Amino acid sequence: MRTLARYWRAPALAALLVVAVVFPLVDTSAVDTTFAINTLIYVAAVTGWSMFSGNTGYVSLGHAVFFGTGAYAVGLLAWHQHLAGDVIFATLPLGGLAAAAVAVPFGLVALRVRRHTFVVVTIAIFFIFQLLAFNLAFTQGNQGVSAPFLQWNPATYNNPFYYAGLIIAVLTIAWSWQIRRSKFGLQLRAIRDDEDRARGLGVRAMRSKLAAFVISAFVTGVVGGLWFYFIGQALPETVFDPTFDLTVALMAFLGGFGTLAGPVLGALILEPLQQQLTLQFTNGYLSQILLGALFLLVILFLPRGLVPSAEEWLTAGRAWLDRRRPPRGPVPAEAAAPETALAARKAGE
Amino acid sequence: MGRQLYEAIVSGILGGGVYALMAVGLTLIFGVLDIINIAQGIMVVLGAYLSYVLSVHLHIDLFVGLLVTVPAMFVLGVVIQLAFMRPLRGSERTSMSLLASYAVAIIIEGVLYSVFGASDVQLRAWYVTSSVKIFGFYLADIYLLGFGLAVLLVAAIYFILYRTTFGRSVRATMQDRTAARLVGIDVNRVAALTFGIGVAVTAVGGMVYGTVNAFNPNSGYDLISRLLAIIILGGLGSIAGALAASVFMITLESVVDVVWSPSWAIVVFYGALVLVLSVRPAGIFGKKEARAQ
Amino acid sequence: MTALLRTEAVSKAFGGVHALADCTVEVDAGSIAGLIGPNGSGKTTLFNVISGYERVDGGRVYLRDADITNAPPDRVFRSGIGRTFQLTRVFPRLTVMENMIVAAGHHDRLPNGSGRGLSGLRSRLARAGGPATRRRAIELLEFTGIARHADVPAGTLSYGQRKLLELSYVLIASPAIVLLDEPAGGVNPTLIGVIADRIRDLNQEGTTFLIVEHNMEFVMGLCDRVTVIDNGTPVVTGPPEVIRTDHRVLDAYLGTDDGDSDLPA
Repeated sequence: MRTLARYWRAPALAALLVVAVVFPLVDTSAVDTTFAINTLIYVAAVTGWSMFSGNTGYVSLGHAVFFGTGAYAVGLLAWHQHLAGDVIFATLPLGGLAAAAVAVPFGLVALRVRRHTFVVVTIAIFFIFQLLAFNLAFTQGNQGVSAPFLQWNPATYNNPFYYAGLIIAVLTIAWSWQIRRSKFGLQLRAIRDDEDRARGLGVRAMRSKLAAFVISAFVTGVVGGLWFYFIGQALPETVFDPTFDLTVALMAFLGGFGTLAGPVLGALILEPLQQQLTLQFTNGYLSQILLGALFLLVILFLPRGLVPSAEEWLTAGRAWLDRRRPPRGPVPAEAAAPETALAARKAGE
Repeated sequence: MGRQLYEAIVSGILGGGVYALMAVGLTLIFGVLDIINIAQGIMVVLGAYLSYVLSVHLHIDLFVGLLVTVPAMFVLGVVIQLAFMRPLRGSERTSMSLLASYAVAIIIEGVLYSVFGASDVQLRAWYVTSSVKIFGFYLADIYLLGFGLAVLLVAAIYFILYRTTFGRSVRATMQDRTAARLVGIDVNRVAALTFGIGVAVTAVGGMVYGTVNAFNPNSGYDLISRLLAIIILGGLGSIAGALAASVFMITLESVVDVVWSPSWAIVVFYGALVLVLSVRPAGIFGKKEARAQ
Repeated sequence: MTALLRTEAVSKAFGGVHALADCTVEVDAGSIAGLIGPNGSGKTTLFNVISGYERVDGGRVYLRDADITNAPPDRVFRSGIGRTFQLTRVFPRLTVMENMIVAAGHHDRLPNGSGRGLSGLRSRLARAGGPATRRRAIELLEFTGIARHADVPAGTLSYGQRKLLELSYVLIASPAIVLLDEPAGGVNPTLIGVIADRIRDLNQEGTTFLIVEHNMEFVMGLCDRVTVIDNGTPVVTGPPEVIRTDHRVLDAYLGTDDGDSDLPA
């Protein structure tokens, strides 16, 4: 079955991509495309988060800092430069860079401490940023920053955002995949398993963690910028939102913390669900209660998340099937192999 | 200015005492269970609301009401620990406990919003607005009473920890869970009860907090961030550290509030945390960094 | 003979406990050195100090002529000192092969490879473990006999297999010297023999070893030179036959400590 998977995986992804590209042209409802855009934003955000937290095991609850920094950076730039039209999308990488720049001092302080303290430090720094946004003059305090008025056709207004979101999500997933395959990614996962041991094997832990942190921040900043343009406004309490990180963490844990597909799946399930709940129940507090309750359920009953659990079930199922099949013939004598290798070495001396 | 400064320092110390009580609860939970209870902030708010209900609807005096709220919060803490933390297993246990407590926090916040709405309330009693003249300054009675109660309870906690068998079990578990199990300590029971104690103190903190500040369900964030900053600064798991850091931070904030400006006071609060961590990642009284695990 | 690794009057205290005091130890290049002593005599602390997991209170540590005192663990490893742990430490969620690649990360090209700057960046972004690395990894895994487990998570290995994995990945970086902390501890006798053989084979190819062990047969049979350490200070050093009968060694083991009965009669 594993070999079969190799055959249908690529075509399946290609088909998915085609569907995604064609979607807004087929389903023109603004509500649906808005759902989709928010979902894509979270797919990118949670994948970005996971590039750091999933790989290193350091749970960050302060990524809203990067989201907000990206939003504000992009917003202030657009406002000061009176930008409008398609060029706004070109400013997104700048939002990412602003967030990345913030991540450097943030990371240098936060990554020196052990994991528990790290989580808390991220929370503390998050609150500092929220307060700064409220208090500093150039961020316009309570009023926040407004997005430029975009004179696009109202019927397809969402489409540019959708495609921007799709591109960002796909690029982020690709980047995350590439990191996982690379030596860098392996070092991060070694750090996750046993940081001290990794250091004892030459891994420059601080450097690796910081690099992952900055990359993750960049992605989150870009996403924050996109969100700003889409929503049209950056307010301290909306872009520096304490539930952002909890939502992202929930998506990652639901899908499978530390995997690649897990966070994406988590976002694809939860974001539409969350939006639907917000529509159904005008009482926003109820969705908050449900979010928390869902989180607890996931933690208690699906602690490893959907993707690893599904893999486990598949493996168990396959093993069960194997046991019911007749044996396949003589077992090859592989026990001789190590001995011969050693004998070869000794003979070669 | 000099007079204002003295007042700021004194009220900072008194306020710090109350925060100390809540911070001690939080650091105790960390020391024994290795969990950071993010819900501590909203628990304080819950305690405040409970006092509110007892005071406004049942006309029970705030301090008397504590006889109800403290045991109630204790039970709540024990239940939360048993239901959501003990069952957690696996290598990510500590992160997940933290996230579980965050989830509990937002559930409680949502419930409070639904029941009480988002508008501010404040606890009222005769001793809230009256004050006493000491050394030429007027000190609000509630500050003194609250501080006094906090001191009493922290002393009680010390007494329990150092003079009772249960306390010895707690300290043993804090130092080495496995060793504690080996000598027959029921670590699970200790964990549940400690969590209960850690939460129970928020009932008191909540009552005092609620008299001095107008609060609503959103106040939990501000509280937990301060408490977290305090226990990290003092060193996770160190009770003496929690005490020292509380008084220090709250006094610092109080002084900056007067000397500079209220909105910057809070930034200085967190800035101090970041500064200390850059120099001493383990906090002031923290144990040397057991390598990041 | 030149000392490859040398500690000079190293001292280290934890609170009031002096784990190491005036500890001077020398390991000659190309030798297999043993370090024995009763429990709590400071052997693991010495390893921790050499490999950068603990800072010294006083004294210095030299690798050849370079002063590596208080260097962080990653730098110590990169300068050529590998180290295993008493309780095996592997990366449980990574496969055996991935464990090897992590350790190989910095020696993909030359033994003294920089891995810095752009070339380092490229190698880091490259697929984890180029073909050369994988070949070498398989070679080492075959050498220690666990190659068939290359693709399973290291966490599923048995204790003995983990010990072999630790030995393997410490070697992949071609260290000049390997510090082995109780390599025979908790391992069945056949495997102990295998481990001893491997150490001898590697030593013949030029790797120096410093071994901490309680298993006297293992140490005496394998090491060229044994140092006895007691209360954080080396007491006597010499070839196994000499150490065996030195009264100071007996004092160290049977003196004020609970007598270790693994000293051969």
